[in-house]
Amino acid sequence: MSAEKLWICFYTIVRKEIIRIFRVWTQTFVPPVITTTLYFLIFGNLIGSQIEAMNGVSYVEFIVPGLILMSVLTNSFQSSAIAFFMAKFQKSIEEILVSPTPPWIIVAGYVTGGVVRGVITGVLVYLVSLVFAPVSLSHIGSVISFFLLTSIFFATLGLINGVYAKNFDQISIIPTFVLTPLTYLGGVFYSISLLPPLWEGLSKLNPILYMVNGFRYGLLGTSDVPIGGSALFLFIITACALWLVFRLVKKGTGLRA
Amino acid sequence: MNAISIKNLKKTYATGVHALKGVSLEIPSGDFFGLLGPNGAGKTTLIGIISGLVNKTSGNVSVAGFDIDKNPENGRMTIGVVPQEFNLSIFEKVFDIVVDQAGYYGVPRKKAFVSAEKYLRALGLWEKRDQKAIALSGGMKRRLMIARALIHEPQILILDEPTAGVDVELRRGMWDFLTKLNSEGVTIILTTHYLEEAERLAKQLAIIDHGEIIEKGSVKELVKKLDIQPFAFDLEKRITAETLSHLREFDARALDEDTIEVRLPKNRSVNDVFHAFDRGEIRVKNMRTSANRLEELFLNLTKKS
Ligand SMILES: Nc1ncnc2c1ncn2[C@@H]1O[C@H](COP(=O)(O)OP(=O)(O)OP(=O)(O)O)[C@@H](O)[C@H]1O
Ligand SMILES: [Mg+2]
Repeated sequence: MSAEKLWICFYTIVRKEIIRIFRVWTQTFVPPVITTTLYFLIFGNLIGSQIEAMNGVSYVEFIVPGLILMSVLTNSFQSSAIAFFMAKFQKSIEEILVSPTPPWIIVAGYVTGGVVRGVITGVLVYLVSLVFAPVSLSHIGSVISFFLLTSIFFATLGLINGVYAKNFDQISIIPTFVLTPLTYLGGVFYSISLLPPLWEGLSKLNPILYMVNGFRYGLLGTSDVPIGGSALFLFIITACALWLVFRLVKKGTGLRA
Repeated sequence: MNAISIKNLKKTYATGVHALKGVSLEIPSGDFFGLLGPNGAGKTTLIGIISGLVNKTSGNVSVAGFDIDKNPENGRMTIGVVPQEFNLSIFEKVFDIVVDQAGYYGVPRKKAFVSAEKYLRALGLWEKRDQKAIALSGGMKRRLMIARALIHEPQILILDEPTAGVDVELRRGMWDFLTKLNSEGVTIILTTHYLEEAERLAKQLAIIDHGEIIEKGSVKELVKKLDIQPFAFDLEKRITAETLSHLREFDARALDEDTIEVRLPKNRSVNDVFHAFDRGEIRVKNMRTSANRLEELFLNLTKKS
């Protein structure tokens, strides 16, 4: 297929996905805004005012980056997982499978759909955070790279989940039992330097820690981990996840009997 | 050139079912090809492999000259598929479904709008263009799937039981539509349970059963192979055991209390049947050819294997 035709295939998948996301905006954009508002109110203002500064910034400021990133990653994940699973469930994925749209465009399209939802949610939550803590963007390069890489990585994981999922339960298992615990333990609400050495060491095995801290560095200029290494690590795991899902879709895992 | 060429195609599902056991078929361009077979024969599996929805186990398939292993995308570009089961995004609007499908073939949106109108009108769905798929009746969904399959103007149209659940009038409309499409040069491959449909539409037929092609050829050739012709006679009086015994040599059976069916071998004349009636002093009110000939053929062929 020519580049122009490939672009049309890609655009069609993404466009359809964006329309879907906005059609169900009460399920996509409203919940994360409400939850993070509550987090800011309770942890930031009410409890946070009793907590001393963390890594040199006020507690409410400290939790802003993690809360933004948390909504980015869950929404990116859910978006592509649900979109792909629904297409499988309704069999409308066959519309694409019988077409000449190549597997890498299918992957690119669904991942982009997830990223769009993740990014929009992240921006909304950032706007909400401004009400509670005027956080500026100190290192814009880090902000953008960690924001986007996290979104791409989790949209890709969501797609992998969607590929394997055989029923609705199987697309909520990973968010509930893996993503949420890892996010809460990934330094969203505290600096890991506060933890006993064993837990601090264990926390460093959690990839989300590097995303949260990289992003926090971008916003606040403070981090528990080295930034360059984190970015590289995130880039590599994202590339691996993309490669994996490309192989799965090409092979037809969960798609072709 | 062949639109479709299949060599020794085998498919074993993960469950261990041997759905195709070495199928070979050549479908020339421009043909109207009927694929007939009972439930579970392997029709949908065969179509699935051709169109990229099912992975084959072994064998070769080429579509419009492109091997599906080496060049899957080029082959798919030339096919439109109407599946047996609904596979519509039910919350999407009719118009969007058709236009998006064009997008997957790289057709620019503006151009797709024009084709969408053409095919939605041709299939009587233009008034429904702003409705969600979920709000369509079964017959409308079926026609929507046909419009969707044609949106990129494929050279080959594959339909898996397109008239299932479509009423008689619509079915005839659909037949005319397909015949016209075929006369414009589109190769059509159609699976069906309705034998009348295959006989009316198809130029060539293959009969598939238990994953094997058990007979193929032109419709005429296949009908020639039929060595018996059933006839039904409405009698003036009720059928008795004696009536049947007079016609024993013709394999007679009662269809209802005063209709008798006889099976006449090709080498016998209808006169012989009337002689038998005369001998038994049985009066005939009316006579007609019984069951569809192809149906008979079909039953014969599938019984033998
Ligand atoms: N996804 C699948 N997994 C396992 N077995 C399957 C699958 N799809 C079909 N089969 C089996 O393969 C065989 C052929 O099925 P197929 O759907 O090709 O038949 P068919 O000729 O289309 O039947 P019908 O006229 O009922 O549509 C059947 O035994 C069926 O149970
Ligand atoms: Mg079938």
